[in-house]
Amino acid sequence: MTASMDRRDFLRGLGGVLGCSIAAHPLMTTVTMAGANGGRALGDHRLIVIILRGAMDGLDVVQPQGDADYAVLRPTLLNPQAADLDGFFRLHPAFGDLMPLWGAGQLGFVHATSTPYRDKRSHFVGQDMLEAGTGMDVPLNQVKDGWLNRLLQTQKGLTSETAYSIGQVAMPLLEGTAEVRNWSPETTLLLTPQARLLFDRVYESDPLFHAASQEAMELADAGNGDMEMMAADPSQMAGLKVQDVEQLVDYAAGKLRQDARIAAFSMTGWDTHRGQAGGLSKSLARLQYAILRLQTGLGENVWGKTVLLAMTEFGRTARENGTKGTDHGTGGVMVMAGGALNGGKVYGDWPGLSEANLYERRDLMPTSDVRAWAAHAIQGLYGIDQNVLENTVFPGLKMGKDPRILL
Amino acid sequence: MSKLSTLAAIRFGYGLPQPKDAPESAKAMLAMLAGPDEAMRTLPIRNSAELIPNLQELRHIQKAGKKATAKNPKRNALLQDFSNAAEAAAVVTFARALDSADGFRERLTTFWADHFSVIAKRQLEALFPYALVDDAIRPHLTGNFADMLTAATLHPAMLSYLDQSSSVGPNSHFGKNQNKGLNENLAREVIELHSMGVGAHYSQTDVTEMAKILAGLTLNADLLMQFVPRRAEPGPRELLGKTYDAVGLDNIHAALRDLALQPATGQHLARKLAVHFVSDTPDADLVTAIAAAYNGSGGDLMATYAAMLDHPAAWVEATEKARQPFDFMVASLRALGVNGEQLQQMPYKQFRGQVLAPMAGMGQTFKRPSGPNGFDEAAEEWITPQGLARRITWAMRVPMRLVEPLPDPMALAQYCLADRASEALLWGAARAEDITQGVGLVLASAEFNRR
Repeated sequence: MTASMDRRDFLRGLGGVLGCSIAAHPLMTTVTMAGANGGRALGDHRLIVIILRGAMDGLDVVQPQGDADYAVLRPTLLNPQAADLDGFFRLHPAFGDLMPLWGAGQLGFVHATSTPYRDKRSHFVGQDMLEAGTGMDVPLNQVKDGWLNRLLQTQKGLTSETAYSIGQVAMPLLEGTAEVRNWSPETTLLLTPQARLLFDRVYESDPLFHAASQEAMELADAGNGDMEMMAADPSQMAGLKVQDVEQLVDYAAGKLRQDARIAAFSMTGWDTHRGQAGGLSKSLARLQYAILRLQTGLGENVWGKTVLLAMTEFGRTARENGTKGTDHGTGGVMVMAGGALNGGKVYGDWPGLSEANLYERRDLMPTSDVRAWAAHAIQGLYGIDQNVLENTVFPGLKMGKDPRILL
Repeated sequence: MSKLSTLAAIRFGYGLPQPKDAPESAKAMLAMLAGPDEAMRTLPIRNSAELIPNLQELRHIQKAGKKATAKNPKRNALLQDFSNAAEAAAVVTFARALDSADGFRERLTTFWADHFSVIAKRQLEALFPYALVDDAIRPHLTGNFADMLTAATLHPAMLSYLDQSSSVGPNSHFGKNQNKGLNENLAREVIELHSMGVGAHYSQTDVTEMAKILAGLTLNADLLMQFVPRRAEPGPRELLGKTYDAVGLDNIHAALRDLALQPATGQHLARKLAVHFVSDTPDADLVTAIAAAYNGSGGDLMATYAAMLDHPAAWVEATEKARQPFDFMVASLRALGVNGEQLQQMPYKQFRGQVLAPMAGMGQTFKRPSGPNGFDEAAEEWITPQGLARRITWAMRVPMRLVEPLPDPMALAQYCLADRASEALLWGAARAEDITQGVGLVLASAEFNRR
């Protein structure tokens, strides 16, 4: 892609909007160039993206207890029992079972990071922007695909097994023109051969129903046979409802052990306006369970080639609100895990928590664009050209210096 | 039945065959809607007030201490009563949609219930989502939006769900003494979701000011809305450039009325109505016409609905929307000839297993959307491989457990789709291996699942 190209023109092409010839279609240009530049299909590495819907309070997960203002802002939420990470940050106790991963360099965080979304603090627009991977300069209704799908669009030689969107919750992150598997592991579909033939014909004139039914039949046939049902580890689940997480994660692990390279799913329960101590602990325990079960399910070899990124739409207010919770904010935390991670670190510049350093005197000031970390991870995993990352996957992003978050 | 009335029943009602006395034209639909709410009268749910003695008795039991409370056999029965009331209300919600000749009213009720989504947070609040519909939505369905907005915002279900009940003015008497403060959850959603919409011009300061205006609203021990002046933030407030210096509830009423009258609110609601009823990408002129009717009439909802039904774009032949699982379930039950009375007589366990649980699998857990923004609208969000697999599975397996004997698939296709059954569907229905497969084919077909 040439540097002089008008980005708005290009964006109009996102998601294959028609109106220009194939030759002039910028997305096609990108694909061709990726090929011409020796672009290769995704190699052996695995990327797992978890969208944490509801805005996780990063300041409570990775607590900057070394910042003197923290105790003032968080009088009831501050937890002195939180394990020390690096002398400045401490880890929420509900993530306590992850400390061995931290010690092994397989768990890391980015602090004070956010998407480019600012000011209205709407969950729904915030999530749309996180998954679109665009900036504030692009109207979201013009973006028809998610950044992870656009990554796939730039790759040649992928199969329909390369990427999985898992669960009943829609994942705009992976929606788009590149082929992606959508499935929810508890689903079955038993049809006789005749029923299949009839449905095939009956759905023929409706592309949405036709495509969905075809994929459903294929995925139901594949079944969950490649899922090795692991015994649950009781130490990880005292009093927790984790059956849904277990199904998601086991299915993802099964696919990633085979041909899948990318998997994405959602976890909810982060919107802690009130009584945060209880609600956040539960959601963190579920996320911890997901991470540890993925590690087990993938096995040492695949886990060693894996990076997991858990991202949320924005952080929460630096101050506790009047109801022992926090309201919608800006800067927050991205959680990273995996054997390919250069972990054991809290990445990101710390902006400080004095009132003057807060965003609008209220939120943790973002010091980085969360997309940049994801872009560096993708570059490290798959060797994708920086140009492609900054223009196609995350249009308008400046990746900046490589923070070396991978081994 | 005319082509137009087939479309009206599918797009603006719960499908074919229409109940007895259902209106056959847009004009007749509006006339019936302007009349009394017969479905609420003939199919009532329990009133929250009936459960207040339970709350009082539970408080009494609790006074005996933790141990005695846990052992008290009466306690579980009292708590179970809340769940029973909610379960009965769930069945009534289906029965109203199934049986009512006033189908547009039922569809509008579902629309507004989703617009003002609330979720029960605990067993004592199990009836809340249903109570909000009957207390705040249905009585104002054909009135002025400002009244519906006010009733929904002040409803105990909303005050609890979006945490208003615990929010306190930081400079109020109570706030200073107890070191308590604001929770801006409800204030934000009132502006962002319920009135102006996220695209409108408002700022974080407006959200905070709205939170201060709403401070003082809480729930009393009987779970009724109560305005407590010593929790309210003192001093005049400025919202969207206007000063509110009345006291107490008057300020709240005035602010909500003004929010309802914002032109952005008309635009936001017009678009939502057009998206819900007509198309995921609605005709711009249709949205403009609905918004003009809303804004021109000062939020009169009958005028707003009439503008939608009067517009030719609302009657395009192509059915672009996917029926949401609730809509699919009601239309399927109706097509199979199941009526509300049969649902009410069915053991609840069976209702849950054959109706509610499959709906959850299709992506719609009844009365539990993932957040205050309600359920998704776009067809692509529902007709996913996993979602469609669940619809097909239900259509093939459950009808035979509901009706005996199953209808002839060819007849069923004519019955529930009239002239909208495609040749391919009729071809397939005639070639099914057995009657259950044929019925499944019709109910899982694209034409039956779109509206």
